[in-house]
This record gives sequence, structure tokens and C-alpha cells, in this order.
Amino acid sequence: MVKAAITTPAATNPFIPFPFVVMSRRRETRDTVTLRLRPLRNVRLLAQPGQFMMLSVIGVGEVPISVSGLPRRPGELEHTIRAVGSVTRHLVALRPGDYIGVRGPFGTSWPLQLAHGQDVLLIAGGLGFAPLRSALLSILRERWRYRQVIALYGARSPTDLLYRRDLSRWQQRPDLVLRMTVDHPDQYWRGQVGVVPNLIRQVAAFFEPANTIAMICGPEIMMRFTIRELQKHGVPDEHIFLSLERNMQCAIGLCGHCQLGPFFLCKDGPVLPYSRLAPFSDIREF
Amino acid sequence: MPEAVVVEASQLANLLAALQARKYRVIGPTVRDGAIIYDDLTTVSDLPVGWTDEQEAGEYRLRRRDDGAYFGYAVGPYAWKRFLHPSPFTLWRARRTPDGVIVELTDAEPSRFAFLGVRPCDLAAIGILDRVLRDGPYVDPSYRDRRDHVFIVTVQCANFSPSTCFCVSMGTGPRAENGFDLALTELLDPGSHRFLVEIGSERGAEILRELAHRPASASDWETATRLVHKTAARMGRQLEVRGLPEALLANLEHHRWDHVAARCLTCGNCTMVCPTCFCFSVEDRSDLTGSVIERVRTADVCFTTAFTYTAGKSLRQSARSRYRQWLTHKLATWVTQFGTFGCVGCGRCITWCPVGIDITEEAAAISGLTRKDERP
Repeated sequence: MVKAAITTPAATNPFIPFPFVVMSRRRETRDTVTLRLRPLRNVRLLAQPGQFMMLSVIGVGEVPISVSGLPRRPGELEHTIRAVGSVTRHLVALRPGDYIGVRGPFGTSWPLQLAHGQDVLLIAGGLGFAPLRSALLSILRERWRYRQVIALYGARSPTDLLYRRDLSRWQQRPDLVLRMTVDHPDQYWRGQVGVVPNLIRQVAAFFEPANTIAMICGPEIMMRFTIRELQKHGVPDEHIFLSLERNMQCAIGLCGHCQLGPFFLCKDGPVLPYSRLAPFSDIREF
Repeated sequence: MPEAVVVEASQLANLLAALQARKYRVIGPTVRDGAIIYDDLTTVSDLPVGWTDEQEAGEYRLRRRDDGAYFGYAVGPYAWKRFLHPSPFTLWRARRTPDGVIVELTDAEPSRFAFLGVRPCDLAAIGILDRVLRDGPYVDPSYRDRRDHVFIVTVQCANFSPSTCFCVSMGTGPRAENGFDLALTELLDPGSHRFLVEIGSERGAEILRELAHRPASASDWETATRLVHKTAARMGRQLEVRGLPEALLANLEHHRWDHVAARCLTCGNCTMVCPTCFCFSVEDRSDLTGSVIERVRTADVCFTTAFTYTAGKSLRQSARSRYRQWLTHKLATWVTQFGTFGCVGCGRCITWCPVGIDITEEAAAISGLTRKDERP
């Protein structure tokens, strides 16, 4: 863990991370935390909802993590991280006052402006709620710009739900339709059981397909069936936006790892309309 | 006709000296381990004088020529990316000190290279790397710093490998029209060994002034042109590139992918010898005490399962999917990304494939586009 401050050269080089300090750490689930970060120097890496940053644990490595919240003060960042590999294990173990390196922001953002005056469907599976949370917070902050706002969220089990404090607050809002489902309920679960696409049918009365912008992030299989369900309801492909994840080592379209057909997901994505992805979406292992 | 002069072969030493005097690190062909290898040149005798190469799918062999040609071979396993886009490369270094972690850039003074003996196909490959690493929205500073200073001496292609080269199909050779500082055509007649030298830049003209030369005559031009024409005419291997990207992307589930995957060892040799393959990985390396840490970039290969490792699993687990990624990137999606094919027709991937997989054969079979008259 980096307990001491990080000093970086002034020269502009896209591979040099900026030093940030952990302000707070909130445990979301057994293996997932949300960190709030503040720049050590007067740098402002201003990320839009949907974009991601490269988070560095110096000596361990670097990973792409999307922004999951909005800054309370300009320049602050919020990231939700699940311990999956060596770098993310170190990231979730960080404590307030620890230092990390940050590069970014990178990639495309959610089409919030396009959604002005439209119905908005946010559909999240598992950790996929992290990039959508920043979109939802942004939408709720300017709620008057949008028509119906519907958030659908599926998790493996009730204990896997992220942002539980937010969820209970959001459930009280009359201007937000929030539906949750889990695969494996426990004895206290009073929500839906089953997969996320099933929820779309239940909220079909709330949105007008031709005037709906859908934003989806979750496991590949969940996204696949969600798209199919949206298409059945008549949401056009160019209104369905996905956030995709791939191995990323540079975040600036140079390392080649994140390619999906013609796209470098780090710079052409991670958020792309389904209309552009459709030619490749059914090609296994592409 | 571009501006050109003729120099005697003996002037090559003066060219080398002129470049060295300008503090260039001169890289050119040498013979090592039974292959033509691009390496530091100290004297003209480091060049592969009197050597040629014989290449077939999965085969490479050096042979003696019966003359003293300096550039009498096609291409070896090395590409110029080794110098412009080196691997491993330290992106930055961090030191843990009592005052905290100090991150420093390490690439303060990159080498100023002069490349002697750049084939037109390889020159085109450098142009492709420019688009990928230097001319896009994001710039790789280490590539730019090397590339912007490099002095290029091209050698127009009078020698080629009949069974592996296909630069004519890719439009990258056998003659380079620009992009070089100087371009040589080696003219070897009984009793006369000379170079036609085309001038591609002011820097090139300046160097040339230090070499004894005479204006190129019409007959010098004719000899040089004939050599290059002969190369083009005798190039047997072809690839139909019109409509190729669309045809490949329309056949992503073609059974031929299974067929080639059954032979492909996924060793990645093709990507390592490819002059345009640029992919890399980044990892942190530290000393035993953890007090000095380097973030290091190393060349990576889309033929490994680790290449697409994402959140706990590899996205391309089958050999079929990895070969398909490589070939469709080279010949289809690269065009969308960078406005050019990712292939220059140098034939290295064919020669250095241990099982002799031929990119032109696979692309033709999968795209359904037939090649024109095939020669033996």
C-alpha cells in the first residue's frame, strides 16, 4: 500500500498517473467497495458518467474502473471496485489517507443529452450498476430534463446489491420507477426473483419505446437478453446504449487489447449504441 | 523522375561515415544466427555482402550469392518496429523515498536512428505504425520521439522472395516513391557495382553532398526501373484486396476458420515478425525490496488467451477466435480503424509460421475472393 505521497513529473505523458488520495471508503458487499478520491495537486480530471479512469497501485499495476458517482467538489472521483485480480484486491484494501495513481478520463460517456425529453431506461446487472449509478445521479440532479426515468437492477442475491442506502432512498422517490430482482432470494427478500429482462415487461406501461433511451451495463448474457427484450418492445437499436468491458492496458487505443471488431473499446467505447455493435454481437469470441 | 544521382558501391562506407558523423545510431542488415538481422552497423563489412535468403512457407535459409551484393536478400525476421517501438520499454520509474513515492520519466534521450536498407514494404509498415502510434488522437511519446528523428535509407526491391512476398498486391512495393531521405537501387553489372540514389529530403541531399557522385543518366534510370519492374512481374503470390474487408467480416463464421485453427499453434510468431503488429502489455516490476518500481511495456500477442483476460476469464479461448482476430484485424478492421490495411505483403508471417500457414491463402479461402493468375 502506498502510504506516502506520490510525486510525478510535470511533463505531459499519457502514461504518467496523477497522485490522488483516498478520502473515504464505503463497503458495498463482501468483495466490493466504493472509494472517493481527491487529487493531491490542483489537477482536475473531470469525468462524465460512463467514462472510466485508470487506477494505479504503484508496484502492482493499473486497471480501468468506471466512475460510479458524481464529484461533490470539482476534481473528486468516485469508483466502485470489486476484488477480482491482484490490482483490484489492492484497491479494495485501500484506506482513507492512502495514495493511488489516476489517469483519465477515458472513453465515451452515457448519452444523457440525447435522453433529454425522452423516457430513460437504466438497466443494470451486478457490478454493471456502478457505471450506471453516475448516470442515474446525474439524471436525478436534473430530473426535469427527462420524462419517465426507470431503473432496473438485478443481482445474484440480496447481499450482492450495491448502493443499498441509495436504493432505499430512490425507492421513496415518486419520480423514479425502480425495480430490483435477484437470482437467489433470502428469507427477507420482498422484491422480484429472476433475471433482469423479465423486469422490462413489468414496466412496459411506463415507457414509450420509440421515445426511449436505454442504457445497459451488466454481464454479457444479461445484456444479450435485455437487448432482445427491448427490441421486442420496439426500442430502436440506435437508442440502446451498452457499456462494454474488455482488457485494457493503455486506455488510449495503443495497446490493442480491448478491440472488438473495428472498435477500440477504450476510445470508441466503452459506451456504444447497439446499432453499431449489432453486426458483431452474435459472433462468439469475437 | 525524382532527383537522382549515381554513386559507386565503394561510397557506401562514406554514407555510413556521414551518418555516424551526425551522431546517428545506424541500424542495418547484418548476418547473425543464420538470418538477416537488423542491428547496429559499425562498418560496411557488417552488411550481408554476398548473401541472399531463400524463403518458403515455414522455411528460411541463407545462401551465398555469386556476387558481392550488399542488399541481395528479401526480408529477415526482424522489423524496424524493434527500434521505433522497443520491447521491453520502461514507461516510467518510481522510487520509494522517505518523502514519498517519486515517479520519473526514463526516456529522456532516445536514440537518433538512421535506418540503412529499409525495404519499400517495411517503409510502408513504418507509415502504418505512424498512423497507429503517432498520428491518432492519442500519441505514444516514445514512438514519436524516435520516429520524428529517424533518417531512412530505403533500398528499392530488386531482390524478393518469390514464394512469400506479395507487396505488389498490397500496393507497398517493390518501389517506394516517398517517405525516405535517400533511396538506393543497387545496380550490379559485371565490372560495375553502383547505386542509383534518389533524394527524398533536404537532409538526404545534405548527406549526399559528402559522397562522390555523378548525375544519373537515362540508362542508369532504365537499369534501375527494369530491376524493379522485374521484381513486380515475377512476384507470384497475390492477394485480392478489393472488397476484402467486407468479404472477411461477412464470413466470421466460415468453416475455414476451424480448418486453419486446427493447424495454428497460436505461437504468435507471425505477430512478432510482423512489421506492423503493435500490441503491448503493461506491467509493474519492482526490485526485491520494492523500493524501485518500473512500469514496463512489453510486446504482446493476440494469440495468447491472456490477451483478452477480462474480469476473471479470457474472451477468446479458442485458437479459431484468436487466429480470426489476427487476420481480420490485419485485413479488415484495421482499415476501419486507421484507413489502411495492417499488412504490407512482406511475407514474414508466412515464412516464420512453424506450420507454414499462408495469410493470402486463408484470406482468399475465407473471403471467397479469388486471386488473379497464380504463378508457381
